[in-house]
Amino acid sequence: MTEPGPAVELKGITKTFPGVVANDDVNLVVLPAEIHAVVGENGAGKSTLMKILYGMLRPDGGTISVDGRDVRFRSPKDAIAAGIGMVHQHFMLATNLTVLENVVLGSEPAHAGVLDFDGARTRIKELSESYGVPLDPDRLLEDLAVGERQRVEIVKVLYRGAQILILDEPTAVLVPQEVEELFGHLRELKERGVTIIFISHKLDEVLEIADSITVIRDGHTVATVKPHDVTARQLAELMVGSELPTPETRESTVTEEVLLSVRGLGVRIGDRWALEETSFDIHRGEIVGIAGVEGNGQRELVETLMGLRKPDAGDITLADVGVGLWPTRRRREAGLGYIPEDRQGRGLLLPSPLWENAMLGHQTRDPFSKGPWINKGGARRRTEDLIREYNVMTPGPDTSALALSGGNQQKLIVGREMIAEPKVLIAAQPTRGIDVGAQEAVWEQIRAARAAGLALLLISADLEELIGLSDTLYVILRGRLVAKLDPATVTPEELGSYMTGAAEAATA
Amino acid sequence: MSKRYRIRLLWLLVPASAIVLAFAVSSIALLAIGESPISAFRSMFEYGSQQNSLVSMVNRAVPLYVAGLAVAIGFKMNLFNIGVEGQYRIAALLAAAAGAAVTLPAPLHIVFIMLVAMAAGAAWAGIAGVLKVKRGVHEVVSTIMLNSIATGIGAYLLANYLRKPRLPHELIIQTRQIPPSGQLPPLAVIGGENLRSFVLIAAVLGFLVYVLIWRTRFGFDLRASGINPDAARVSGVSPNRMILTTMLISGAVAGLIGMSDLFGFFHAYTLDFPTGLGFDGIAVALVGLNHPVGVAAAAMVFGWVDRAAQILDLEGIPKEVIIITKGVIILSVVVAYEVVRRLVQTQEVKAAAEETRRLEEQKEVVAA
Repeated sequence: MTEPGPAVELKGITKTFPGVVANDDVNLVVLPAEIHAVVGENGAGKSTLMKILYGMLRPDGGTISVDGRDVRFRSPKDAIAAGIGMVHQHFMLATNLTVLENVVLGSEPAHAGVLDFDGARTRIKELSESYGVPLDPDRLLEDLAVGERQRVEIVKVLYRGAQILILDEPTAVLVPQEVEELFGHLRELKERGVTIIFISHKLDEVLEIADSITVIRDGHTVATVKPHDVTARQLAELMVGSELPTPETRESTVTEEVLLSVRGLGVRIGDRWALEETSFDIHRGEIVGIAGVEGNGQRELVETLMGLRKPDAGDITLADVGVGLWPTRRRREAGLGYIPEDRQGRGLLLPSPLWENAMLGHQTRDPFSKGPWINKGGARRRTEDLIREYNVMTPGPDTSALALSGGNQQKLIVGREMIAEPKVLIAAQPTRGIDVGAQEAVWEQIRAARAAGLALLLISADLEELIGLSDTLYVILRGRLVAKLDPATVTPEELGSYMTGAAEAATA
Repeated sequence: MSKRYRIRLLWLLVPASAIVLAFAVSSIALLAIGESPISAFRSMFEYGSQQNSLVSMVNRAVPLYVAGLAVAIGFKMNLFNIGVEGQYRIAALLAAAAGAAVTLPAPLHIVFIMLVAMAAGAAWAGIAGVLKVKRGVHEVVSTIMLNSIATGIGAYLLANYLRKPRLPHELIIQTRQIPPSGQLPPLAVIGGENLRSFVLIAAVLGFLVYVLIWRTRFGFDLRASGINPDAARVSGVSPNRMILTTMLISGAVAGLIGMSDLFGFFHAYTLDFPTGLGFDGIAVALVGLNHPVGVAAAAMVFGWVDRAAQILDLEGIPKEVIIITKGVIILSVVVAYEVVRRLVQTQEVKAAAEETRRLEEQKEVVAA
């Protein structure tokens, strides 16, 4: 018994699951104190597998063992008891509480029913020192940057005694500089004996940080490799089974005709400007990208453009008509489309059939309605076209939206907006959280629509997507457009430094 | 196809088992007070299955049905109009007073009274709508308070302005009688009991509500707002306008709750005009799943229980036991619906996943 057994071993995990991808005989061996990356396209089954390991889902078959003991998790509670913790992609934190309160939330320390904050504060400080994750327990969460919030999530998990950490797409929300910082922390954690399972689909990152890499494709484990044995290209081929798509647009289709013009737009929240002095034009056939760390005014910009929020200053002109005071419906009817970043929260009626989802946003128009009446026949036919043209994998227009996988839900939304042939389309994170195949399909549709004369505002956290697709690129920081860059020459690192304000400080 | 029928059957099983459970729990209550549940329920069923009881069941169900519809319209967009109670009472009072004040030919008179009732109900509900839209006051809070205010204002108006000059020997306070042109003769007389004609109007109303909610663009916006208000808003639905319109429609329907009794029995608003129908409507809408057909079925069940329980007094059993019966029906139905909804949803998701997988395989075969 000199050689340590695996920290986590999953054998023959099978799960038939809502949506398209299930786990089918997945095997995974994670050694103690290693960083083990699980890669695969979004939708390949990584998340399902991790949810099974974290007790959020129960497998239909297969076994899980932790530190050599067979375990059966009925809920995340059981997984936590076994020393497994998960840092979710979307943080589960309360922004109006302090770091300390967030960390203890759900496992509050108490002496005779009285909260023991001092004890908790000491433990958090200990943890943050011994694991090399700097954290001030008394700061308010809303004052923290995304990278810092992630550290709170990590410490929260450690606080509960986890020795095995699952990180679900931890870099998705970070700029390149923050990614480096995170990797530093992960290496520290590894040094101190923590086992890390790192979910990602970004290959260069995986090759940099991981000790072992397990590739999942279509719900199967394809291979487990060491990073120095493979190139990014080989890994990509393992992952996709074919070549990796790139988001490049070809020759310019930008015309002189301005379709959307924004002048001096400003939004005040409380006593500060969440969006200030924002001006830009989008021409027919042009893609304008907005890069920025989340929470720097993108949301306010989109909501103001869509008529969901009243601007406190400035004008919006859509195809030479001032629309700044129009309600959302009128703007949509005038040719403004919107792909919301939160597809389930803002884009879909989950329990409703697809044909009702397809008419959402177009319910006042042919063929979805005739006068005050819903035209169910027309709506269903249009939905069938949409399903076919945009390759939505579903039994038919009567299926509920909740029965679709994320990628297919997104294809439905993209198709719904595109098929109405808008003049201007606002696309917020159009490929977030969808698989490479669906991503490529969305990019292809964006390119085709651009060639056909669409003016597109692209807001994305995926810097490659922004650089690859945009004709013009702006950086938004603290509610202002701080830089206009040429996507043909800019690198993700440069973009990242503009987004964090580092470049601004350097030139100032 | 057979799967679809299985799911329908599952949905029907819910209210059926809820009723069985309700009688079981009521039996325990009866045993606890030393009464025999068997003899109590036997007499209820014997009495309740008489012809005149069945007619009475329908007469009792009609106002409940209209109340259920009014509540359901709000529920469909997650708007909790708890104020149906106040809306119908104000509406009935004003409609009765207006109906007695004018002379019109027969059908017009009825229409006029109904329009007044709908306008009054809508206006009263509209206050809560405006408060929510302009001031962000939650409709549950405002409508509950408006119920109390309606009671007070109603009593004040009746006592001071709208009451019929009292003859010396008369004790009852009421509005003046609506002339025969503003009354509805019974549809039929069965077993000595009048079947009130308003049942026909209620049926048409139910159909109209169905069409409005499930067949019109407005209804789509309403349902979308109920399912996902953010998505509805992004799609171009104005939440404020939606809240206001829905509140007005719900209130207008609520205004009609008292009409069956007004046209078919009282012909005036009196101090003993039925109360509490608005609250019962909430239960009826819940049990009827906010669908006109379901609401009708629920109203019938509640109407029957009310009628059949009348016999219990004669048997010396406190008829309040039926409050327990009704309460258990509501609770168990609401819980069971949620269970079935999840079950059906999981099934659907599974089926769709399988079907999708099959489609993808087909596509791959075609591609290869």
